[in-house]
Amino acid sequence: MSEVIANTSKGHIEVRNFSLAYETIEGPVQAVTDTQIHVKPGEFVSIVGPSGCGKSTLLNAVAGFLKPTTGIVTVDGERVNGPSAERGMVFQQYSLFPWKTVRENVEFGLKMRGMPRSQRERAARTLLGLAGLEAFEKHYPEKLSGGMKQRVGIVRALATGPKVLLLDEPFGALDAQTRVIMQQILTNMWQRLKISVLFVTHDIDEAIFLSDRVYCMTARPGSIKAEIPIPLERPRQQSMMMSSEFLALRRGLMSLIREESLKAMGGEINDMGMQGLSIELHGHSLADVI
Amino acid sequence: MPAIAEAGPLPAVTPPAPPASFGTLALRWYRLNRAGLRATAIGVISLLAFLLVWHLLTTYRVVFFVRFTNVPSPLAVYASFTKAIHDPKFLMHILLSCRRIFIGFSLAAIIGVPLGLIMGRFKLVHEVIFPVAEVLRPIPAIAWVPMAIMLWPTNEQSIVFITFLGSFFPILVNTLHGMSLVDPVLVRAAQCLGARERSIFREVYFPASLPHIFTGLTVGMGVAWVSLIAAEMISGQYGIGYFTWEAYSLVQYADIALGMIAIGVLGLGSSLLIRGAGQLVMPWRST
Repeated sequence: MSEVIANTSKGHIEVRNFSLAYETIEGPVQAVTDTQIHVKPGEFVSIVGPSGCGKSTLLNAVAGFLKPTTGIVTVDGERVNGPSAERGMVFQQYSLFPWKTVRENVEFGLKMRGMPRSQRERAARTLLGLAGLEAFEKHYPEKLSGGMKQRVGIVRALATGPKVLLLDEPFGALDAQTRVIMQQILTNMWQRLKISVLFVTHDIDEAIFLSDRVYCMTARPGSIKAEIPIPLERPRQQSMMMSSEFLALRRGLMSLIREESLKAMGGEINDMGMQGLSIELHGHSLADVI
Repeated sequence: MPAIAEAGPLPAVTPPAPPASFGTLALRWYRLNRAGLRATAIGVISLLAFLLVWHLLTTYRVVFFVRFTNVPSPLAVYASFTKAIHDPKFLMHILLSCRRIFIGFSLAAIIGVPLGLIMGRFKLVHEVIFPVAEVLRPIPAIAWVPMAIMLWPTNEQSIVFITFLGSFFPILVNTLHGMSLVDPVLVRAAQCLGARERSIFREVYFPASLPHIFTGLTVGMGVAWVSLIAAEMISGQYGIGYFTWEAYSLVQYADIALGMIAIGVLGLGSSLLIRGAGQLVMPWRST
């Protein structure tokens, strides 16, 4: 079954002719249609889009939780047929095992691989040390703050040495300050490990600040509306977020997403709502924008 | 300990406090445990008040809708207690009841928990067994007494069977409930880390269901005692339920209350044991 593509380097994600539909009583509903994306080895790519556009669906298909209705997802030429430790995933809800200590959580992937206890304990300690969490190895996740939980989540996903790291709005539940620190930590880890990252977010600043490239998706049924390279130099500093280059990128992405968000809401808006919106659109009616 | 974790990864800037004297330590301990101490104190007072009211009602033989004329006083019950603890027959009654509970409840847990886990994981097993369980579940264990006597060759076995039935369904139903509440994101997280079916069962489904399994065990233990006492009163020859009923037949009123209190203490003790086991097995839930 597995279709081999010429490129066999480490962590090359390829999504081609992808569509995914859910079966409902009224017939199939398209969540994502006609989508092509790719992530080169070692690249940091984000997907942004209005809520409900199917960006998480796309990510879950790359993870192997969802099967595409049409098209194909490959990593290094190997077809994705189900979840695997080769594709580490970080979830918005942290999803740490509450019955395992911080260290046991990090050890989990190594344990599944059959690594002996003493060896994986040592490995987990080293990783926790890199993330500044060594003092909390014996704590249960419940006792940690959100930012610490997500740091453990990232370390756990990286512990098995996956080819790619998939993140589904990982910092969505964190406060603004913690989020900035987490972005820095993620960038550091990514640069050290030279791993490919596919990052889903609705936060435009976050996408620009972190990524080499950003895909912007259309409203449901989602497809790729635009692909924006982010030429900002690395290492990136917080101060860059005020640069004219950053702000120009931000404006561009913002207007793309605004358009799509209005489209997504269009179906639900009644006449009264339309009138309200037309004021906000500086004279353009909703129909014009669409 | 938890306080440190909540404070986050900030470097500790405060120097270590000098060792406190015994007096300040005691004061601190008191401040931290004030709520618990208060509850204990009120609990003790409330129990003493209960004894006092009981004493007054029985010594003055109050008749007000209910009749306390023949009800034994606390002192009479205490007297029969001091006699009973030297009586090997009384101890045998208690020991036999405990053995029946132990066997019946253990069987229910050994069968009910794995069955619930398997039913929660495999649809077909659920579809086959669930309807039968739902039909049998509402039948009170006491209603099984005649059937149990027919089914089992000895009286002892039928009593254990009744005890088993009483605790089996709460354990099964709660285990199933726990399985249905397992967070699917945790299953996904395990899959992403390379876990296969067996590991997911052992590392995710089982520990995630443990809190509900222990709820089932606690409820099951309570129902086990209810069922046991009823079965002993109806068909037994020994056991604390039989002892209580026999006391009534023999007009030994103090022993009735003694039997009741013994049942209460045994029930309380066994549910404390389960709670302790739960804390031992689920360290992440104790704060």
